[in-house]
Amino acid sequence: MEIGVCVKRVPQVGGRIVVTPDGQDVDTRMSGFAMSPHEECAVEEAVRITERLGGSVSVLTLGPPEAAEQLRDALALGAHRAVLLGSVGQEGAGQEWGPIGTAGAIAAEARRHAADGPGYDLLLMGNEAADTGDYQVGVRVAHLLGWPCVTGIKHLEITADRARAGREYQGSQETFEVPLPAVITVKEGINLPRYPSLPGRLRARRAVIEEYQPEQQPEGLRKELLRVPQTEQHQATVLGTGPDAVPALVQVLQELGVLK
Amino acid sequence: MTILCLVEQDAAGLTDASLRALTFARTLAGPGGRLCAVLFGPADQVPAGPLGSYGVSEAYVIEPEALDGYAPQAWARTLEGLASVTVASTVMAAGTERGHEVLAHLGALTGQPMAANCVSAEAAAGGTLTVARQRWAGLLIEDAVLDGSPALLTVATDAVQPLPADTAAEPEVRVHEPDLAPADLLVKAEVSAAQDGGVSLATARVVVGGGRGVGGPDGFAPLEELAGLLGGVVGVSRVVTSEGWRPHTQQVGQTGTKITPELYLACGISGAIQHMAGCASAKHIVAVNTDPGAPILSRADYAVIGDLKDVIPALITAIKERPRS
Repeated sequence: MEIGVCVKRVPQVGGRIVVTPDGQDVDTRMSGFAMSPHEECAVEEAVRITERLGGSVSVLTLGPPEAAEQLRDALALGAHRAVLLGSVGQEGAGQEWGPIGTAGAIAAEARRHAADGPGYDLLLMGNEAADTGDYQVGVRVAHLLGWPCVTGIKHLEITADRARAGREYQGSQETFEVPLPAVITVKEGINLPRYPSLPGRLRARRAVIEEYQPEQQPEGLRKELLRVPQTEQHQATVLGTGPDAVPALVQVLQELGVLK
Repeated sequence: MTILCLVEQDAAGLTDASLRALTFARTLAGPGGRLCAVLFGPADQVPAGPLGSYGVSEAYVIEPEALDGYAPQAWARTLEGLASVTVASTVMAAGTERGHEVLAHLGALTGQPMAANCVSAEAAAGGTLTVARQRWAGLLIEDAVLDGSPALLTVATDAVQPLPADTAAEPEVRVHEPDLAPADLLVKAEVSAAQDGGVSLATARVVVGGGRGVGGPDGFAPLEELAGLLGGVVGVSRVVTSEGWRPHTQQVGQTGTKITPELYLACGISGAIQHMAGCASAKHIVAVNTDPGAPILSRADYAVIGDLKDVIPALITAIKERPRS
């Protein structure tokens, strides 16, 4: 089983998000970076599948040279090969990589991998990136490759040539069965990712990362400005301290109409 | 302006998210605009009244004989056909799992851009739309230009309140037969029977939240009891699920469920922004926290400073013993 997992380097935002003065980016001077949460689960899922069925996990990212850090994180969790699709050098024009360009770069890598040997049987991604939240890269990649796609998956069973993938829908379970190769996007909760082992970290540090320079494509959705929405910043009315506050709390619950 | 909007239904009729999407669509269409809805199901069960009250003048229905159940690419192919039948300049859906998925397929089929989770949209020069859309699950807003023909977008489920039109329309119901290829039906949902039918986290009227302060998997019993007394459910923060104390299905936040209750009673939850992204639509927030400086106190309406392990059992006792009116 050859699995490609797509991850994205995103800022680790803490107490609040700050935008750079030009309104074009999240200010990351005070933050670290990580892969999006859904994608960490995608890496874990891919590693579990190859532990059971054999094969290899390639982790792919489109990003700046620093995104090698997230590739090494994935290698430490058990991925076998890492590919960095360079985003820098073409961003100078001011246009951010969007879902159309990103999907094109991933599909090109999948075709290159197939030309070099046994291509991917499965591409796993996060349902949406934590930062841009475009909800479409996986679907676009699937269309470019002519593969089936299922999104938002929380339960996955893989056999040699098929996938059964489940998610919740209006309180019931919705299941899709698709032939491989396929694109499947997953959500946090599909598994509980492991912590990287020490040998895993050492292997990751020494690993060679393959690099390619994909071609950027025009995007029909063009960012103009990022801003933090106005939220009510106030201070809660303190009802009291400890159990002594309970009578006041009961009164509030009654006023809100949640106590009958 | 003609707008085509995919609407979803559940056992109770049009979903809340779809009513919000229709409200959004009507505003974008403007006075004299034309609002067309797309529904999948039997023609004799089309909720014409509610659709009309939200300003829908034409309802296109795809009956089970033509396409039974949910097949994302086939739904997108159907929208593609209807976009040309109606000459819609914008095609949209609610920002739900299916809405995002179908519009993403439509974007891929047509080669058009798709703007997910819009909170506003306005017609601009050259047939483009100026949109504001959520990034970071709504913690950040992106102002952008959407240059597509048709323009494709989804509406954030908390973008606008559902609001009927001033004057109701009489929707004309038209049965539509989509032109589908076999490949469009390769991915199709099998739906299993509904689960226990308990209150769902996303729609619960009261959510009792538990965070790190609960202390471990054994600390949730009082929260469950309190939720039961209030007719609500328990929701948890990300640390609780990543520690394995509770299942991920109970997680409230950016990567979990977005909740919309009357009351969110957040116990032992500091209020990281990723968590607050999931409860921004709560009408009222009451926090129980040992730390008077916790970020959640700047978002809550009321707070009790104290350990939830003392406060919650006392609250349960008080509720049980309070005089009945």
